[in-house]
Amino acid sequence: MSKPLGCQPDLGSMHIFRDTNFDFMGNKWPLIGLSLLLAAAGLVSLVIEGGPRYGIDFKGGTLLYVKFAEKPSEESIRAALGKKITGEISVIAVQGTNELMIQTETRNERELQSTRQLIEDTLSSVFGSTPDKLNFTGAASARVYERLNLPLQKAGVFINDEDLRKLVTETLSFRDKQKGGIIANFDELSKVPGMTPQILTVLKQESYLGKYLVRNTEVVGPKVGKELRTQAILATLYALAGMLIYVGLRFEFVYGFAAVIAVFHDTIITIGLFSLFHKEISLTVIAALLTLVGYSMNDTIVVFDRIRENLQRGRKGDMTEIVNRSINETLSRTIMTSGLTFLTAVALWLFGGQVLNGFAFALVVGILVGTYSSIFVASPILVFWQDFMKKRGDSNKGGAAPAVTTAKKLAAK
Amino acid sequence: MHRSLWIKIASIVGVTLVCLYGIVGLPTNQKELVDNFNTNIKLGLDLKGGSQLVLQVQVQDAFKAEADQLIDRIKTELKTASVDYGSFDRNEPSTIEDADKIEIVGKGIPATKAGDFRRLINERFPDWNITSTSSSDYRMTLKPTAALDLRKKTVASAIRTIESRIDGLGLAESSVQQRGAAETIPEILIQMPGVDDPARIKQILQTAALLELHEVQEGPFASRDQMLTQFNGILPPGTKAVRGVGQQESWFLLKRSPVITGRDLRDSRASQDPMNNSWATSFVLSQDAAGRFGRFTEANINKRLAIVLDGQVRSAPTIQSKISDNGQITGASSQQDANDLALVLRAGSLPASVVYLEERTVGPSLGADSIREGLMSGLVGLIAVVLVMLVYYKKAGINATVALILNAIILIAILAFFGATLTLPGIAGVVLTIGMAVDSNVLIFERIREELRAGKAIRAAIDNGFSRAFLTIIDTHVTAVVSSAFLFIFGTTNVKGFAVTLIIGLLANVFTAVFVSKVIFDWQLSGNNKVTTLSI
Repeated sequence: MSKPLGCQPDLGSMHIFRDTNFDFMGNKWPLIGLSLLLAAAGLVSLVIEGGPRYGIDFKGGTLLYVKFAEKPSEESIRAALGKKITGEISVIAVQGTNELMIQTETRNERELQSTRQLIEDTLSSVFGSTPDKLNFTGAASARVYERLNLPLQKAGVFINDEDLRKLVTETLSFRDKQKGGIIANFDELSKVPGMTPQILTVLKQESYLGKYLVRNTEVVGPKVGKELRTQAILATLYALAGMLIYVGLRFEFVYGFAAVIAVFHDTIITIGLFSLFHKEISLTVIAALLTLVGYSMNDTIVVFDRIRENLQRGRKGDMTEIVNRSINETLSRTIMTSGLTFLTAVALWLFGGQVLNGFAFALVVGILVGTYSSIFVASPILVFWQDFMKKRGDSNKGGAAPAVTTAKKLAAK
Repeated sequence: MHRSLWIKIASIVGVTLVCLYGIVGLPTNQKELVDNFNTNIKLGLDLKGGSQLVLQVQVQDAFKAEADQLIDRIKTELKTASVDYGSFDRNEPSTIEDADKIEIVGKGIPATKAGDFRRLINERFPDWNITSTSSSDYRMTLKPTAALDLRKKTVASAIRTIESRIDGLGLAESSVQQRGAAETIPEILIQMPGVDDPARIKQILQTAALLELHEVQEGPFASRDQMLTQFNGILPPGTKAVRGVGQQESWFLLKRSPVITGRDLRDSRASQDPMNNSWATSFVLSQDAAGRFGRFTEANINKRLAIVLDGQVRSAPTIQSKISDNGQITGASSQQDANDLALVLRAGSLPASVVYLEERTVGPSLGADSIREGLMSGLVGLIAVVLVMLVYYKKAGINATVALILNAIILIAILAFFGATLTLPGIAGVVLTIGMAVDSNVLIFERIREELRAGKAIRAAIDNGFSRAFLTIIDTHVTAVVSSAFLFIFGTTNVKGFAVTLIIGLLANVFTAVFVSKVIFDWQLSGNNKVTTLSI
């Protein structure tokens, strides 16, 4: 499987980057320019949109994911809702499915339940219902059981209580797990273990198949939304402060500062891209942002570690050279790790489904930006600082720059 | 092979077995394996389906009730002390914030009795401040400490009531807790994973379940106006007008103070009328209340008794004979309705009305989709990572894969051990953990390659590679743990879920990437002292 390799190593090994010597710091200006441009574009988009597009988690409102038996017409549903509900209503088709996302804003705590009820009532009047029968689509197990119990006895179908409960559970589990919540035809249920033609006949008598299913409901009051927003932002800021302090202690303050600036850069660009692509920031996206902060910080620390090691070894050259060498030495690792995590994120994006979509998008963007920022944002800050201290040191007739002295002190330990 | 290496391998195998046991127990067949897995790994309601509610307790209701009670008691006290009075009224605070501003205005107390009145309030009702607004009028306000106590008491009792209703529903995995840090924040967070009929539960939780039995004075009237006309616009003292339930408007004039309230119930059950198969809810009174009720019904045969639930007259049957300890509330639309009412009556009434601030409901079919898609994408991602590692690092890629899988096992086992629930943000934590686990291996392998290129012998290269990379791994991991700790302390529930999985994953990773991976290298090299090749 593997070729033998001797003490002359690497004959059979695969390498992407080996002994590279790219001049990263020499080309920093155009890339810093690009960073600033991206960040500025994001900020401008944010300003134009009046802040990030918060999901209802953060601004309050009503959100329903509704699945339909057949592909629905967005316009007709929007029109029907518009007659009943004042204010902004958005009806968006979920790509590749028969689902619609219906969302309204709620400014008042008291409207919360009524808005949601209005939406459900409108859907029910558009798609019709059969009075005196149970809507099998979306029915809970207790309701189905209660509905079948007497009619089965009347029809002379003998099934004991325990078996009936079990059958109902199995039937609903088939409906939800195999058929995604909606069946087109009662006869599909004949596959359920324990289902007999007689029971199916009674079920057909007692219930009808609703043409839509509310799969997910979120109703958030504006006050709760605002609190969640404040708390999420505060928690993130505290976490950043924590990193600043830890990295500052382990390395030097300027390293912590540089790392936090890089992470900030990534977050701003990602939020900006969300704004550009009209994607909403929800609680899940916050989790993704925290993940990308983690990735980016990890990347930055790996590079910083190498810089510190090279300084400790007393390598020749000025800071620019040392930073360049450190980045080149870790480049192979950086590409490998980022590439692999990027693969995971892409898999999540492609196969993760509707719930994970916003999350995966943030990760895909975040990993790219995070890798880039540890090289082109965090590292240049160290070089700038060093140059600045050196100039000041020269003018004060000082000796070596502080980063080097500290590094030497560390090495002496 | 060295003895110490054996000990290390044994300890790794031991940890793996213990973790596997924690996840799936000791299954004898495939079904048991799946069942055990499902019991041990709790999925949050965003993945599994279920409902999360935030209720706000309208504490001002409790303040108003407290003031009403005070007015009744003051009037009784004044009567026994033969002090005249004009009227007592309270204001109507409408929001939670205004609840503390509750005040009672007493009018027409003779100036000669001013000292007695003040003494009465100060001695008997020490929770209230009293100030005079004129020689005969007084204003009473609730003292701040008493107001704070009342708030806490109201929220605590609402939580207890809701808990017992949820227990009554048999929702085993549910949790009811106060939302927010301060005890006085009147918000309750209810999480009910796996619930398939959230609308019904919302109804049950929101029902005040305030049951009162009042003597009927007059009625029913077709409208409130008709009733008022009969009494020349003013209701007789000690009575109140209450609407009857149903489409057709009807009004009853009832005696103000109830004969029996929900607190007097000992039990309640759904029952079926054998005549017409309709459902009702029967209740049984406590011993003390039964005595009272027996005397009352005996003395009031042929009068009518109104059964009032949440401010509406449900029915007003005529008393046929002495009734001692039971009654029935008719008019349930189904067995489940009758059951639900029995349940809320057993659990007791809410001390104040509640409104919903937040609701998140994930239907069971969406939950099933999320799990399937989440697993699918996770597997695709993992397989891709493992393939690349194997192609790029050859045999060493196997080390990385073993370490990665062991990491996942330990992470899941610890989550199962603490009974933690896995939520969507938790999965985000897992994704970051896997990323950092891969990174740790890559860091180590790249270091070993560097050492080999520098001409080091294989053993030395491996040792150096690990020890050098170790410093970096510690730095990256501790930074992530520090930031996660802050997220855990200050974050919302969702963010906490992220932080917990990440912290566990990172700790597991230090063990797997640094220790386990090294042991595998050592094992490969053992028994072969002149190693000249390393597949990396």
